[in-house]
Amino acid sequence: MHRTKVTVVEEALDANNTIASANRLDFDRAAVKVINFMGAPGAGKTTLLERVVTSLPGLAVGVLEGDVQGSMDADRLASLHVPVTQINTAAGFGGECHLDANMVRSAIPSLPLEDIDLLVVENVGNLVCPAEFRIGEDARVMVSAVTEGEDKPLKYPLMFRACELVLVNKIDLLPHLDFDLERLLYNIDQVHPDVERIVVSGRTGEGIDAWRDWLLRIAAREPVAA
Amino acid sequence: MHELSLSSAIIATAEKHAAGRRVALVTLRVGALRQVVPETLEFYFGFVARGTACEGARLEQEVVDARLRCTPCGTEWDIEVPAFRCPTCGGADVAVASGNEFEVESIEIEEAACIAPR
Repeated sequence: MHRTKVTVVEEALDANNTIASANRLDFDRAAVKVINFMGAPGAGKTTLLERVVTSLPGLAVGVLEGDVQGSMDADRLASLHVPVTQINTAAGFGGECHLDANMVRSAIPSLPLEDIDLLVVENVGNLVCPAEFRIGEDARVMVSAVTEGEDKPLKYPLMFRACELVLVNKIDLLPHLDFDLERLLYNIDQVHPDVERIVVSGRTGEGIDAWRDWLLRIAAREPVAA
Repeated sequence: MHELSLSSAIIATAEKHAAGRRVALVTLRVGALRQVVPETLEFYFGFVARGTACEGARLEQEVVDARLRCTPCGTEWDIEVPAFRCPTCGGADVAVASGNEFEVESIEIEEAACIAPR
């Protein structure tokens, strides 16, 4: 036996990105805009969706729910009469902690693309892995709750840099927390200068109008091939 | 925890280039911004490689330092903490010059010695 060196020089995630581009083509053809919606477990992703999915004028919304297990989030959204498709990643190797392009690809046949204008993909709650895997989205949004601490942008820069909107959630809790909102906004600016951010409360509805307007703006955006 | 999926991506890339032959070594370039824990990646790599062309292969990781470049003023700097604003002009139009890599640079494959007829 002898060894031969083969030069490769290839991004190991190219395969994922190729599938993501194929997804994107399918979404563009159906004229559906796609949001990859991310954040830590319990940050309030599902609540912030519940707040807007039925109140976007002229926009039919569908949701693709990624969870390791169970359909609690999907059931909450389905009760609002929004078409919801569930992906459980536990069927994969050990229960994946994120959605990748291939998982979304396999869900496309069960999505009502003809009936919707906007698809929100609620990713698995996690601040690391989802940032690595494109799924064919038009925009990436993350939720960062004030209960998570001001240092999170510095600890999870990949996620904060991957997004074009950061929703700072649970601000109704600020009076009860030793939380420095200015510090968080400063840290976000360090990691991703000039990224859009909206301060919201899923509970009281504060800031939800701005979140809704942002979605309407994305939906009206011209498609740009991935 | 993304190291598990990243291992699968590395192995798929290596297998593609190995074209059915056994892989003995995979050399990987990992940017410091990828938040990859080398020991964890190595652990998962060994685990996921079982039953593939990479079974028993060694994974060599070269860490690429994170370096940024300010697009308007051209300042380049290394970062150790995640601060993406230009230290010279304070601008936000900053590009990652290096540190985002996650590429399989090369593989070593094992081949039976060629016994050419004389």
